[in-house]
Amino acid sequence: MPIHEKSLIRPENLIEHKDLFIDGIDVSGHWSTFINSRALTDYDESMQEEIAALPGGENIHRCWQCGSCTNACTVNALNPDFNPRYWIYLIRNGMKQELLLDKDIVWQCVSCNKCTYACPRDVNPEGVMKATAHWLELKGHTEKKPSMIFDEGFSQQIIETGKIEDGLVIRQFFARTGQKLAQNWLVAMAIGLAKRLPVAMGIKMGFAAVFHPRTRGWSRARAAIKDYVHEREAANRKALGLPTGEDGR
Amino acid sequence: MTGKYDKVAYYPGCALEGTGHAYNRSTKALGDALGLQTVELENWNCCGAMEVKNVDPKIQTYLSARNLTIAEDMGFDTVMAPCNGCYHNLKKAEYDLAHDPESKSVNERLAGKAGHRAYEPGHVETIHALDWIKQGIGEEGLKAKVKNSLKGLKVANYYGCMYTRPRHIFPEKDRGPGSESTLKPHFMDDLLEAAGAENVEYPLKTSCCGGAHTLSDSDTSTRLVLNLLETAEACGADVIATECPTCHSGLEMHQMRAEKVFGKKTSVRILYFTQLLGLALGLSPRKVGVHENFSDAMPMLKQKGLAR
Ligand code: SF4
Ligand code: SF4
Repeated sequence: MPIHEKSLIRPENLIEHKDLFIDGIDVSGHWSTFINSRALTDYDESMQEEIAALPGGENIHRCWQCGSCTNACTVNALNPDFNPRYWIYLIRNGMKQELLLDKDIVWQCVSCNKCTYACPRDVNPEGVMKATAHWLELKGHTEKKPSMIFDEGFSQQIIETGKIEDGLVIRQFFARTGQKLAQNWLVAMAIGLAKRLPVAMGIKMGFAAVFHPRTRGWSRARAAIKDYVHEREAANRKALGLPTGEDGR
Repeated sequence: MTGKYDKVAYYPGCALEGTGHAYNRSTKALGDALGLQTVELENWNCCGAMEVKNVDPKIQTYLSARNLTIAEDMGFDTVMAPCNGCYHNLKKAEYDLAHDPESKSVNERLAGKAGHRAYEPGHVETIHALDWIKQGIGEEGLKAKVKNSLKGLKVANYYGCMYTRPRHIFPEKDRGPGSESTLKPHFMDDLLEAAGAENVEYPLKTSCCGGAHTLSDSDTSTRLVLNLLETAEACGADVIATECPTCHSGLEMHQMRAEKVFGKKTSVRILYFTQLLGLALGLSPRKVGVHENFSDAMPMLKQKGLAR
């Protein structure tokens, strides 16, 4: 009895080949075909190099497409379209149009590093996700995503003061993304906490923080970091062939 | 007996001054009860958290390294960071400075401009609060001090992402018996077991809570957290023990959000491992900051005879 792997053979995958000879043997007939061979003409030759030039993307060329990253991925388990292995494939082949179909979910990588842990080739797929999201934004394919708004607001606060005050971060993020702070779950949480806390501490910890932590004597470090940020921004834009002047961004 | 971690530099980090204050309070109280001394780093700065690296990773390296310089200047060769994010970033700075010449030169340049000495790798060891107790006191030392055994308390130990990944920044892990495992960490399990707790087999020890996007992609975080909570309940846990302020507040926030937004209620409680160990040593719930947690664990603790 022949074994029919029915689940693998789907009618839509069957392609009929007439007069198909391989090494002189006639193998004409119906073939189950997952991937149609095709010639790509519109590939973007610089895409891999550009993404490799951004922080995190450096090792993308090492990928051998084993799929361990996708298999381990936290976000892939929630959304099968989130597929680091596939995106690396597209980037390496310069298949920009296909990559752009997924442009609005790349930023959702939660940086859990399960992929980096699993990768046998030290590609650092987590870094590649960040570099790709960054590339999409710099190239103007996506608007600034909420995570980047959050990261930048957060980083700005650290650069300014040396420290983070989480209540302030939350307030600023909601303001910048145009959301109301009075989300029902946040309010429920704040009330639950307030019931059990002495008032003074509620004020210190809560959303109406009155004290702003900062590192003393931070001004020189602040200036040094700011210079470096500008330098890197210009270098990243240059690597992507974008204008680097003040009005270029 | 003097142990190698009797007196360590302490790097609380920003979260422990804010939403994670209960962890700060309980870590210090636990140290006092065990005779372990912590000296807070003078005028420390944020390690870069999870966000700065997405602007540029080398700024994170500089920010973390500045704290290591401070530890060294204060005469310490060990700095203890209870927050997974801080611990991870300090470890990563150590690794990058030792292995990546470019990170080293950027750090030197930034430190020079900021007017302080640049940190040289190899001078200060970064440890987690778990290492501090596990290797500074050990299970036997802990057992000898337990006054209020956690007997009957079923615990799911949750370690999160940053304590074990990526593994190359933790060269001391995966070294065989006595060392921590990055695949299936057990230091927290070991300590809580020594304090009498009954650890449940929890398959999601190192799964992600979505902490990086806790606000910017709340639905993803809520789904991830809900999975952690429901699995802990399915494993029979009364409480999830945490070792990171970001995970901890993420679990608490999204437990609330899952109930309010998705209509999914879970009742497993969430406590820092330092709070549980403190209670076992006979410290009061207030002393270990149970009132500072967002979700109320008191009814469960009372029911288990761990609080009055
Ligand atoms: S770091 Fe990002 S890409 Fe990697 S496993 Fe986690 S979510 Fe997936
Ligand atoms: S695990 Fe590494 S080598 Fe394998 S597909 Fe992913 S990035 Fe490529």
